[in-house]
Amino acid sequence: MSKVVVITSGKGGVGKTTTSANIATGIAQQGKKTVAIDFDVGLRNLDLVMGCERRVVYDFVNVIRNEAKLQQALIRDKRVENLYILPASQTRDKDALDPEGVGRVIEELKQMGFEYIICDSPAGIEKGAQMAMYFADEAIVVTNPEVSSVRDSDRVLGLLAAKTSRAELGGPAIRTHLLLTRYSPLMVKRGEMLSVGDVLELLGIPLLGVIPESKAVLQSSNKGAPAILDETTDVAQAYLDVVFRYLGQERQHRFIEEEKRSFLGRLFG
Amino acid sequence: MAFFDYFKRAPKSASLAKDRLSIIVARERAGTRSGPDYLPALQQELLAVIARYETIDLANVTVNLDKSGGCEVLELNIVLPDSPPPPPPRLSQTVSV
Repeated sequence: MSKVVVITSGKGGVGKTTTSANIATGIAQQGKKTVAIDFDVGLRNLDLVMGCERRVVYDFVNVIRNEAKLQQALIRDKRVENLYILPASQTRDKDALDPEGVGRVIEELKQMGFEYIICDSPAGIEKGAQMAMYFADEAIVVTNPEVSSVRDSDRVLGLLAAKTSRAELGGPAIRTHLLLTRYSPLMVKRGEMLSVGDVLELLGIPLLGVIPESKAVLQSSNKGAPAILDETTDVAQAYLDVVFRYLGQERQHRFIEEEKRSFLGRLFG
Repeated sequence: MAFFDYFKRAPKSASLAKDRLSIIVARERAGTRSGPDYLPALQQELLAVIARYETIDLANVTVNLDKSGGCEVLELNIVLPDSPPPPPPRLSQTVSV
């Protein structure tokens, strides 16, 4: 049984690609055959964040246009077994993705035994974003505690409810999850940032997890190694929780409250 | 005095953000989903009717569709202008005649 999961947000720069890379890596680490597809045609970056940019030969659009076989375009991750990446094309052709082609590739991935198909959506609500969500069974909506991001997430929730295969064919609604990223408990405590409770109240979907604002995200993309691989960082811990929670385990929410630090810790932190 | 201003609590920006978002998100939802299609037209017509009887400034009118529990509440909030200015003194009329 395969699951198609779209990582989406509406707004750019909130952490869709980071989240796709980390969640795909984390699920694969649990022994599930997983593929992450980059839907950001023209601005591909998942390959870079996952550190396989130099191994891209064929891409998603090549497969859709029958210029390459799916097996030729899939990149096997060198660090984690069961993990594959399907890179986006750098073409500027806006109509490179069409429902028939995307549907065919997703069907073929299912036939190949992929259990989780993670679709990394581009920003915006144009065709690329709509293609990324069209075949989804579930959606992880990535949101920053910031007005424009929350508003855009709400718009995207509207699209998920109306412009997807499930909505059009009258199937069960797509399951939606909220992932709040770049969260700063200290700013929330000072009343300078929307709290996780505020965002939940506004968007009205269940919380999958909270990822704290952290230098580790930039450092991991510098290296091309998803943060979840280095379990010592808070971001890795947060994404691990998200993965386990997503796979059905109970995990308490962390990184919501400010960490208590000793006086000396504050002095030398 | 600046020194005392320091102790005056300005509203925290997070609560401003939440208030602004609850309004805009509710409005956009009403326009695009969950709300009936006629809602924007209804808003316009209601405003037109009120404008017939009272001079209103559109900026002082808010229309919200809220959902609480199982029922929807259409909230129309209109700030009426202050009482009209007193009629001009009749003196000027007598002069002109």
